[in-house]
Amino acid sequence: MTEDNREAKVQVRHLTKCFGKLHVLDDISFDIKKGEFVCVVGPTGCGKTTFLNLLTKIYEPTSGELRIDGELADPKKHNLAFVFQEPSAYPWLTVEENLRFGLKIKRLPKKTIEERVEKIIRLLGLEKFRNSYPSDLSASTEQRVIIGRAFAMEPDLLLMDEPYAQMDIKLRFYLEDEVLRLWREIGTTVVFITHNIEEAVYLSEKVLILSNKPTTIKEELKNTLPYPRDITSRDFIDLRTHITDQIKWW
Amino acid sequence: MNGQKNKDPLGRGLGLSSYAYAMLSVAGVLCFFLIWQLLVQFGIVSGRYLAKPTEIISLFLYKLVNANPDGSTIPESIFASLQVSLVGFFLAILIGIPTGLLMGWYKGFRQFVSPVFEILRPIPPISWIPLTLLWLGIGIRAKAFIIFFAAFIPCVINSSAGIRQTNQTLIHVAKTCGASNFKIFIKVGIPSSLPIMFAGIRVALGNAWATLVAAEMLAADSGLGYMILMGRNFARADIVILGMVLIGVLGMVFTSTLSFIEHRIIKWRI
Repeated sequence: MTEDNREAKVQVRHLTKCFGKLHVLDDISFDIKKGEFVCVVGPTGCGKTTFLNLLTKIYEPTSGELRIDGELADPKKHNLAFVFQEPSAYPWLTVEENLRFGLKIKRLPKKTIEERVEKIIRLLGLEKFRNSYPSDLSASTEQRVIIGRAFAMEPDLLLMDEPYAQMDIKLRFYLEDEVLRLWREIGTTVVFITHNIEEAVYLSEKVLILSNKPTTIKEELKNTLPYPRDITSRDFIDLRTHITDQIKWW
Repeated sequence: MNGQKNKDPLGRGLGLSSYAYAMLSVAGVLCFFLIWQLLVQFGIVSGRYLAKPTEIISLFLYKLVNANPDGSTIPESIFASLQVSLVGFFLAILIGIPTGLLMGWYKGFRQFVSPVFEILRPIPPISWIPLTLLWLGIGIRAKAFIIFFAAFIPCVINSSAGIRQTNQTLIHVAKTCGASNFKIFIKVGIPSSLPIMFAGIRVALGNAWATLVAAEMLAADSGLGYMILMGRNFARADIVILGMVLIGVLGMVFTSTLSFIEHRIIKWRI
């Protein structure tokens, strides 16, 4: 096994969140290395989405901090991207305009925007859909556009909140490979939340296993299985079984 | 027009071509006028109370160039009415939509404006007529004000409701990209409110046109509503009906034009 010498990109320290008397997250600390693919799993209702919303600064933490490259995370300064559980393509924008959306908000030079959009269109094979509206697309193509939009940002940190929860198994397998391909091509740091343990083992370099509320990190697990992963291999199944045992609350 | 058959997945309808369906609509209109003509022709309804469609057409052709007996030709009446209704309607859009959008997006602004708006909202537009006559006389400004009031309310209500229904996830996407609240308002809030906003404009258009007649019947010296009023004064059912038909047809033209614009702007909607 080779040692991972990548520098820490994201540092989370003592992250705590309470909604009134409800204590959701309790003193969470961890590091994410540059270009690392981290999956977060945990029991239902353990606050996975709250955890992600804190990372994107949609919510402010009750205490604790999130640093990106040593600086306090700020969506206006850092380049964050989020793929939500629900379909989130802008219905009034075409595929191409959707891909451009975040880049225009960031006011990147026109040339850079065009280059990145073209690269994503090529990588995801969206050429024939570039002028289509989301309502003209199938669910999987729309999700690809959303994922493409996030990768086009070449974000410091890409957060994905169960993006394939509503997909059938065939589409999920297909999109999991797509996301791995984009991750390798673009080298983005990814935090991927899922309730599907098989998905977590298939995608991740590291798995964060969360506990029940108030949520803490129960285990931080390295996943060194070689890509592309074989879901029927003994190692894969062992890892999956271990994680399943860890999130059992019954 | 394409001649393809419209196949309804549930098997409803006759499965005719779109051309045939269009012809059915034309036939419906012709049937309506034929029944009307026959009712008067055979004396089932007295000609004193209801003019025949053929008489209405003759009167229409006559009044295209003659001002008698109400003092204006049809083009003059239409122009007077259009001027009033469009001024009132566009002012309502220009002021009502930004007001509604700001009310929907900024809670502070909503809290500030809502109480006054809620008091003004239930007041029927025509109840402003006496005050308007007093303030502005019977000219275009007075009538445009009454129409403005009728059209303003739905513009505000719908644009406010439309922007408040903006999908939270779409707001979050922009937020994580680093967009400011104002940028999200412009880039996400306004586009997502468009379908409901257009429904409001459609209601506003209907209100504006309906109130036009009331405004002109009470305070005017020209226009289609005024023409109807004169028809009543002269006991000329044909003039009254011609005025009504013109209002109906122009209303339909407006609605179609608005639908066309709506489809051009909201082409992304299924």
